[in-house]
Amino acid sequence: MLLAGIPIIAITGLVSYAAYEPRLPGNETTPERGWLGFYLFDWPTHPAWLYRVTQGVHVVLGLTLVAVLLAKLWSVIPKLFTWPPARSLAEAVERASLLLLVGGVVFEFVTGILNIQLFYVFPFSFYPAHLYGAWIFLAAFAVHVAFKLPKMIRSLRSRRLLDELRTGLDGTRPEPPDPDGLVPPAPEAPTMSRRGLLAFVGGASLITLGLSVGQTMDGPLRRTALLAPHGRAYGSGPNDFQVNKAAAAMSIDPADTGPGWRLELTGPRPTYLSRAQLLAMRLHTYALPIACVEGWSTEQTWTGVRLADLARLAGAAPGTVEVFVESLERGGAFGQASLSTGQVADPRSLLALRVNGADLSLDHGYPARIIVPNAPGVHNTKWVRKLSFHPAAA
Amino acid sequence: MATLSRIHSMRRRMATRYGADPLHLLALIACFALAGYAASRVVAAGIWAGFLVWFVGAAIIHDLLLYPLYTLADITARRRPWRRRRPPGPVPWPPWTNYLRVPTALSGLLLLIWFPLILGLAEGNYHRSTALDTSPYLGRWLLVTGVLFAGSALAYAVRLRRDKTSSGSRIHLRPPRAPRSFPKG
Repeated sequence: MLLAGIPIIAITGLVSYAAYEPRLPGNETTPERGWLGFYLFDWPTHPAWLYRVTQGVHVVLGLTLVAVLLAKLWSVIPKLFTWPPARSLAEAVERASLLLLVGGVVFEFVTGILNIQLFYVFPFSFYPAHLYGAWIFLAAFAVHVAFKLPKMIRSLRSRRLLDELRTGLDGTRPEPPDPDGLVPPAPEAPTMSRRGLLAFVGGASLITLGLSVGQTMDGPLRRTALLAPHGRAYGSGPNDFQVNKAAAAMSIDPADTGPGWRLELTGPRPTYLSRAQLLAMRLHTYALPIACVEGWSTEQTWTGVRLADLARLAGAAPGTVEVFVESLERGGAFGQASLSTGQVADPRSLLALRVNGADLSLDHGYPARIIVPNAPGVHNTKWVRKLSFHPAAA
Repeated sequence: MATLSRIHSMRRRMATRYGADPLHLLALIACFALAGYAASRVVAAGIWAGFLVWFVGAAIIHDLLLYPLYTLADITARRRPWRRRRPPGPVPWPPWTNYLRVPTALSGLLLLIWFPLILGLAEGNYHRSTALDTSPYLGRWLLVTGVLFAGSALAYAVRLRRDKTSSGSRIHLRPPRAPRSFPKG
């Protein structure tokens, strides 16, 4: 399970790194990454649900595998007490790599799980720690798999799954002694069969999954997310969907969002637009998901002005320009974001003014917010005050 | 040919001294090189001290904290220091350990994952983010815990009933369970 699950979590994690379009100004959260934050492609806007799926999988699969990880750590406990700790130099070096393996995997799970609960007790910024910790872990994970894969296949072949599923507690016998000292020399009488343990760990995973996966869904299934930080029900109105960063917390001054609000466009033809002027432009409506790095997501129907139309208004040609978006918010880490040429040019990329047929609520970014297909949630900037269109760096 | 066999014997000599194939060492050197480079990025980010403390803590938290805690709890529960001696009935009680162990562990796992939410430890951040508070989570966790224990109790009752009805016909066919290695004496 871990062998299949960890690469999926690692890949979806690195995909999320690419989804932030870190090359663009203001988007890099790990500026000292060196070679570790590489990416192979520009982040696409098609399909619109891609980030919703990859990041939902990253977080929910991680939660699901906590039980499996704990079972794994429990099963190798006897190794902790082997004496002497190493019989050869090779073993000593390998055990040192296990420190990176165990430290790395628990570090990644703990920081990820605390972060989605907004429990920022760690004395470092989440993004660099989670990224670099992942690479330390993956280095140790790769060699661990390379060394242990033949042994794992041998162990799995030594028992037939069907036979084990037919063996109850009365027929459960301890494992024969092994050369690695993983098997206890004098085990107590078993209290749980092997099939029982499988069901136990599998059931624990399913419960964690079942109580959190609803945060990635819409409709009645969302209510099943009893234990997930962002699977909450707000009500049944057009603006009653998950809020992330409430207006009050971002020090949004209601005076700034009132009739005096103007959207500033910069480019070859700088201009200012009121909300009424924006509403008088050609409006478009798309159902697009908003998907957060914390794993939750929801699809809503947004109405607004195309970013491409705003680019033209500012005298810039969509397809050749990026945009730097600035918010009224103060103090947040994501009060600004850059969108790529592809994101600006996509006809579904909107400066949204309305959602589900009603004006945006203040918590959802009134007077205007960005919504871009397949962009991470934090790049759908709320309370937009300024769009700076500039030619893409070559 | 002579050089080939020299390389071959060198490789064997090294394998004996090192304790494994040289490829083993190469793979580990590559591992430490990548991990070391990642660590250098941690230093460049200026967060190495906190990172190191949390990393080492993560490496030992299961083995030196969680494992002793849940093992001790498990052993204590199985020895049942609160037990009252019952007169031996005609039917032995079916083993009950797992009917207590499984719901406790599942509820504990959910608490382990979601304790900041359940205990409201990040209330300020949570309210700033969602405009809601964390008050429902304690109740939800207790609800799930209650359902788990109720389900387990129900499963045990079914098991008890099944054992009782089947023991009426084949009480002598069931071999007595081997005595546990505890409690001693």
